Amino acid sequence: MVTNHNGASITRLTAQAMADAFESGKFTSVQATQAALDRIAAVEGDVHAFLHVDAEGALATAAAVDADREAGKPLPPLAGVPIAIKDVLVTKGLPTTAGSRILEGWIPPYDATVTEKIRAARMPILGKTNMDEFAMGSSTEHSGFGPTHNPWDLSRIPGGSGGGSAAALAAFEAPLAIGSDTGGSIRQPASVTGTVGVKPTYGAVSRYGVIALASSLDQVGPCARTVHDAALLHEVIAGHDPRDSTSLPDDVPPVLSAANRGRDHGLEGVRIGVIKDLTGEGFQPGVRQRFDEAIQQLRSAGATVTEVSCPSFAYALAAYYLILPSEASSNLAKYDAVRFGLRVDDGSGTIERVMGTTRAAGFGDEVKRRIILGTYALSAGYYDAYYGSAQKVRTLIQRDFADAFGSVDVLVSPTCPTTAFKLGEQVNDPLTMYLNDIATIPANLAGIPGMSLPIGLAPEDGLPVGLQILAPARHDDRLYRVGAALESALIGLWAGTLLTQAPTLEVTP
Amino acid sequence: MATLDRAEVARLAALARIDMTEADLDRLSGQISAIVDAVAKVQEVATPHVPATSHPIPMSNVYRPDVVVPSLTQESALAAAPAAEDGRFRVPQILGEE
Repeated sequence: MVTNHNGASITRLTAQAMADAFESGKFTSVQATQAALDRIAAVEGDVHAFLHVDAEGALATAAAVDADREAGKPLPPLAGVPIAIKDVLVTKGLPTTAGSRILEGWIPPYDATVTEKIRAARMPILGKTNMDEFAMGSSTEHSGFGPTHNPWDLSRIPGGSGGGSAAALAAFEAPLAIGSDTGGSIRQPASVTGTVGVKPTYGAVSRYGVIALASSLDQVGPCARTVHDAALLHEVIAGHDPRDSTSLPDDVPPVLSAANRGRDHGLEGVRIGVIKDLTGEGFQPGVRQRFDEAIQQLRSAGATVTEVSCPSFAYALAAYYLILPSEASSNLAKYDAVRFGLRVDDGSGTIERVMGTTRAAGFGDEVKRRIILGTYALSAGYYDAYYGSAQKVRTLIQRDFADAFGSVDVLVSPTCPTTAFKLGEQVNDPLTMYLNDIATIPANLAGIPGMSLPIGLAPEDGLPVGLQILAPARHDDRLYRVGAALESALIGLWAGTLLTQAPTLEVTP
Repeated sequence: MATLDRAEVARLAALARIDMTEADLDRLSGQISAIVDAVAKVQEVATPHVPATSHPIPMSNVYRPDVVVPSLTQESALAAAPAAEDGRFRVPQILGEE
């Protein structure tokens, strides 16, 4: 990069390059944070990645970091690098809605553990990103506050539920973001926006203060523009938290050193399995073409590639759409118009009537569909046939993964069957919308880690394609080694990251 | 196969405390029924000898030390309540007339 940075060039830097520039004195955190805020102001009218922007808070954090750096005080590695947080994590003093009207205007009285870790890492929080309501969706069209638009083509979806975080990265509004992934909500948006997203092993990142969707599936993870940046953020947010009883007590896997190893030393000796059940029918030709080319790159990097079969994946989507609604119907019972959030009360009835009117007014259609579905699946007489059967499928999926990881180190597939579809195209067709997560859902059912990274543009529509890497539970580092090696080869091929080919979205003054 | 009819969707919505208008039921009941039909597929492979998995990474008896830590003040706990009175959540009438 040139030494004479203006705001526009700062916003295109990676988090690592920004941190290096702070350290060498090329520019300050206040300059970088202001550049991000200026970019947000310029493009948000088109993109709508954010539900709330906290310019004042972000600049205050940045100024404090700059002052400490000036004074020679020790600072964490990402100090001063701005970040966007998905609106599913609670942030003390900053509005938090999880994309729902039922929480409109709510100011949490506490921080999520991940929010605390970001504050402790001295990273300016730019704001809260848009999402499908309570993370239910694959397009952000189920947000109670309007959809986010894909920076590659504003008429298309940015993925979901974490479309806001992914679009903020792709539109150069933020260098890093936090997402959450219950069935693909980090990986699918990454795939359709040409960014990197990681769902860590279940329990690897604390969920204290994360608004629950499905407690046996939800996991928080890093979103970035490069694998290396994702590793930096992974190391900030991961680790045991005694306030989350599902938090893993293990040490955080060495994801950053794994990323560096993959980038610098390739994949000699790494065994990669292609999930043949996730490559055929229903996958767009351009997605398959880029995927096949990426497999060649992995071979060139030294990996051995074989095909593996996971026959129970054919039942994963069905199991997921029983387990998720069941858990969600229970988790969302807390929106009862008593302690926080919306209350719609005409004064004529009991609390039970008030709950009915409040939840009718506050929840969108997708949330209502899933609560009713979950209520059904858990109801007496149907529990064994639906929820019970889905839990058995979960065992079968885990066995498929265990068998596959007996012979390979990581598994790969396309992240999504297609590139970004048009806004409005699937919003009234829930079953079609659910198919977008067909390749990402198995990892959540099994609790294993997964990454999506960009592997090119589909020839037929010029839109980003993502490759998914899956590893056994607790081996998140393998994602980073393989991802960084592939990314390094592709950046060499393209002479830059895929995002350098994205539309610039400059607004006319 | 149990296909959900409109009356059953209305009953479930009432159980879930979500008021539904006739228009809501027109829009949602067919979709919900179609989803139930699609997900019933799990029954094809859920044979009796397959154990159920409720949690992806098994853990049991998770404890932490029982120590007093700072908690929310009464004021901050009530700050976002739809209504509060005398330091408590104020709620609509709990019991009906009958």
